[in-house]
This record gives sequence, C-alpha cells and structure tokens, in this order.
Amino acid sequence: MPLSTSSNFARPDDAFRAIVEAHRGLTEEQSADFDAALVLILANHIGDIDVLREAIGLARRRMIDGQQQQQQQ
Amino acid sequence: MAPANTHQAKTQFGYRRHPDQDRSGPSPAAHPVVIVGAGPVGLSLAIDLAQRGQRVVLLDDADRIGEGSRAICFSKRSLEYWDRLGVGDRMVEKGVVWSVGRIFHGEQQLYQFNLLPEDGHKRPAFINLQQYYAEAYLVDRINELPEIDLRWRNKVTAFEQRNDSAVLTIETPDGAYRLNAQYVIACDGARSSLRQMVGAEFAGQVFEDQFLIADVKMTAEFPTERWFWFDPPFHAGRSALLHRQPDDVWRIDLQLNRYADPVVEKKPENVRPRIARMLGHDKFEFEWISLYKFQCRRMDRFIHGRVIFAGDSAHQVSPFGARGANSGLEDAENLSWKLDRVLRGKSPASLLESYHIERSAAADENIRESTRSTDFMAPNSHQEARLRKAVLSLAKETEFGKRMVNGGRLSVPCSYDSPLSSLDADTWRGGPSPGSSMLDAPVATLAGEQIYLTDAFRKGGTDFTLLSFSNGGPIDAPDGIKGIRMGGEDGLADPSGLVAKRYGAAPGAAYLLRPDGYVAARFRHPTRSAIAAALARAEGLY
Repeated sequence: MPLSTSSNFARPDDAFRAIVEAHRGLTEEQSADFDAALVLILANHIGDIDVLREAIGLARRRMIDGQQQQQQQ
Repeated sequence: MAPANTHQAKTQFGYRRHPDQDRSGPSPAAHPVVIVGAGPVGLSLAIDLAQRGQRVVLLDDADRIGEGSRAICFSKRSLEYWDRLGVGDRMVEKGVVWSVGRIFHGEQQLYQFNLLPEDGHKRPAFINLQQYYAEAYLVDRINELPEIDLRWRNKVTAFEQRNDSAVLTIETPDGAYRLNAQYVIACDGARSSLRQMVGAEFAGQVFEDQFLIADVKMTAEFPTERWFWFDPPFHAGRSALLHRQPDDVWRIDLQLNRYADPVVEKKPENVRPRIARMLGHDKFEFEWISLYKFQCRRMDRFIHGRVIFAGDSAHQVSPFGARGANSGLEDAENLSWKLDRVLRGKSPASLLESYHIERSAAADENIRESTRSTDFMAPNSHQEARLRKAVLSLAKETEFGKRMVNGGRLSVPCSYDSPLSSLDADTWRGGPSPGSSMLDAPVATLAGEQIYLTDAFRKGGTDFTLLSFSNGGPIDAPDGIKGIRMGGEDGLADPSGLVAKRYGAAPGAAYLLRPDGYVAARFRHPTRSAIAAALARAEGLY
C-alpha cells in the first residue's frame, strides 16, 4: 500500500491542533524529545517499511524545498 | 597484561625444522594448500580439509596460543561445525551454555530474550568459552590428523602470484625458505600481512568510542545469561556488559568515551574501582584487560588470484553480536568443501567464486547488524541520542519499544542468495528455503538410538546429501549422493514429528543438502533429473 497523502481526517484541524497543543509549554529540547517519541510510535503503528520510507522521502523533499526557498529569499 | 595461567590447556608449542626448509634453488617444495594463521578459523579449516583427505600445511608466526579470552561466544552453528570436526563435545563440556539475555536501562530490566526458545536441538544457542581453550582443543585434534603439517614460528614475509600457484617466502628461526602452494588461505587476522602483500583495500567505518574489556575471576551468583545495561547506575551514561565464562571468569565490557587515554585506562589500579563499583565488592582478580576501538569493514574481494581470505583478514565487525569468530568459522565451512572439490578436479575453479559471493554477502549482513548495534550504543549525534532515549523510554511500557532496543543482535547463520541454489519449483509453507542452513531436530535410528539430524548428516560423511521423507516408494536419486531417509522401513524415525514440522515436509518430499549443511534445493515430488540438475548447479558445473 503506498503512502496516503489524501486527507484522512474528517476534521484535519482537530488533528493539527492536537499536535500543536501537545507541544504547548514545552522547551525546544522537550519538544524535540516529544517528537522523537511520537514519530516512533506512529511509525510502528504504520508497521510498513515501504510506507515509512516513502514518508521519510516526502519529509526530506519538503525540507530541501524549504531550504531552497530560503536561499532564494 | 598476561593472563593468570589458571587454565589447563597446552598453549605453548615448539618450532621444528621441516625438510622443506632444506630445499634451495628455483623449485621450492610444492603443496596443494597452505593456510596462514593458526587461529580458530585457520585451525578449523585445516581440520575440515584434512578430514576430506587433503594434505594441509598450516603456518603461524607465533609459537603459542594468543593471550586473553578474546572471542568468547560460540554459536550453535559453530558448535555444529565443530561437531563435524570432532571437537564439539569437548567445547560444549568445557563451555558454559546460555540462551537468555537481559537488557537493563538504569536499574530497571527492560526485557529478556531467549535465543533458542524451543527444544529438539543437539546444540544450545551459544556457549561461552575462552578463545584459548577453543584453539587448544583444535590443536589437539590437529595432532590426530597426519594430513596436517602445523609449523609454528613460520612467518610469511613475501608472496609472489603465479598463474597456477603462489610462492611464499617464510621466515623461521633457522632463516628463510620458500613454499609453492596451489592455494594460499589467509586466516591471518585483522592485521593480515597477506592482505597487505596483495595490496587490497580494507576500508570501512571507524568507530571512535572506546571499550574496556576486563575478564575477572570471582565466585559470583549471577545466572549464566548475557546482561547488558544502558546507562547503569555504576557506569552512568554509557553501556556495560556482563557475561560468564568457564573457570569462574566473567567478561565485563564497559563503554568508555572516545577521549579516554588507553594507557591510563588499562592500568589495573584504574580498572579496579570501575569493576568494584559495578559488582559492589572488590573480591576479584584480573585475568585479562584490554582496551579496544573497532572498525566495521571488509575486503572488496575475498579471492585474489591464488590467495583466498577467510575470517578477520577478510572482514571485521564490532564485537556486539558475536559475529567475528562465528562468521570466520562459517567462512571455513563454506570454503572447505569447495576447495576440496576443486583440488580433486570434481568442480571447476569457478566454484570458488561462490565462496566470495556467499561470504561477502554474509559479511555485509554482519557489518550491517553490528553497525546498527554500535550506533545504538554510541549515538553519533544529538538527534540519534534523542531517538535512542525515546526508544529506551518507550520500551518500559510498549512491546515495540523493547524490540527496537539494540544491545547486540546475536549471530545466526546467514541465508545466501547464491548461484549454487535452485529456486523452489513448488510451493512451500515453512522449512528452510534454498540458500538457508539446515535445521536440527531429534531423530531415532532403527536400533532405537536417539540422535539428531545434524548427527545423521555428519555420520553420512558431510557430503551432498538427499534428505528424503518416505512415502513408501523408492527414491530415485543420482549416483554418488548420500542419503538420509526419514520414515519407511529402513529410515530414521521422527518420534517428535519435529523433522517433518521444521522442514514443512509431506511424505515424498526431499531436500538436497550441500556438504556445509546448506539447502541447495528442495522438491515436493523429486525426480531424478531435477535432483541431478540441482546437484550439478550446486557443484558449480554450470
């Protein structure tokens, strides 16, 4: 099964908000720790190495695009 | 430091002049096989070749077995190999048997694992045995085999490649002499001089963290298990390992930082407080102290003309996973039968290429596994440390977290994607697929003797063997192939049903095993022509 990039939540704002609120009140360091744990939990839930690799690829491309935009500014 | 000589095994040997040394001029004495290096790999390979009827010259630059326990964990696979070499019982009698490991974080146990959770195997998952015992027992076995000519204090100093042989120059206390060998097998360890002589690259990943090994002698009540700590209270922020050896000797392995001064750290007066903190007392004596760094690397090619590399000379891994000596022994068993066939002219020299293909892939797997373990123990960046911290904390309450904690993944036989394997033509559910190692199980002989399948394979002569499951009819196998028959009037009984279960075999099925116990092919409905074709492929005949 390929990585799903269509919108899967009935209420996407709730999902985004839940993650944002989980970070509220955390220091940068704590936020990074939290993200690391969350990524591992979600990766295991997906449980499909190909989907995980695709997700990693998508995230890395976003990062590279972001850097290029910054350089152009 | 020298080990306290508390063990009862002969470790000192004498140099003896050999008539080969009296030959001068342009034609040195010629031998089919010269093995360089009398460590566990070279010794085992020599025995294997000799048992196959080959004459072997085995050279070692020292005249004694090396100091220190060094490799201590020998795998089930290695024990099964040593059974075939006639030394398995002695190793297991002296060794301490274990299969359980525990992983701790701080003071808390995260989880435990059992490497052989099922019955019905002749050999345990692992034994721990000091390398000097293993080597001493192998030397004793060699002394029973007139085919092997073991020459101590024979140091190879030069090497010349010819079309169909290699010429070695060897330094001895009586001066230098030369030997001509059809094949030279370099089992001369991580700092292989032959590897340097052929000019081969040996590149890979260097790990900066340093580890301290202390083998201590003490009476202790710890169970015979492998204990591994992340961030233990007695060694904050780093990892530690505790493991039992025979003679009340305990292996302790402590991770130090990359800036630790090796000379200072190795001093017994500095090691002692570290160990005392771990044990909670200082009633112990040191057997051996060593500080090491390691690299994970392998040669691009294991075969250079007439020189074939095996063991640490060809590949190195980190010690976490018991993949060093055990993979070297797997090299030996993989190479031995192929070299024997080539020397006899029964297979073309190209069969040896499959040694490189199979064992370099195995080396890649061992390097990958041990690199992952090492990276987990010694994270390379803040983010890697953060991910590890997350895994360790998740492991306290989740099963998936426990499974991600990597305190060493222990050696199991590799499966080969090999040109010698014939792909399954039938559908199989379970059982070892072609390219995998045979599985052990209990069997009973006609006389009612309880033995194991690995015994039956060994007693059959450790050659190409058809393991067949009787359906009452005769099996139509090609000539010159050994047979192990399960069931029927004259076959072995499968009282526990484990043979049929582990091989996923219904009556009529058959497995073609290679001389190293790997599966070459398997058939639900074997025909003579299909077996013959698989055999020819596994013999390297096409």
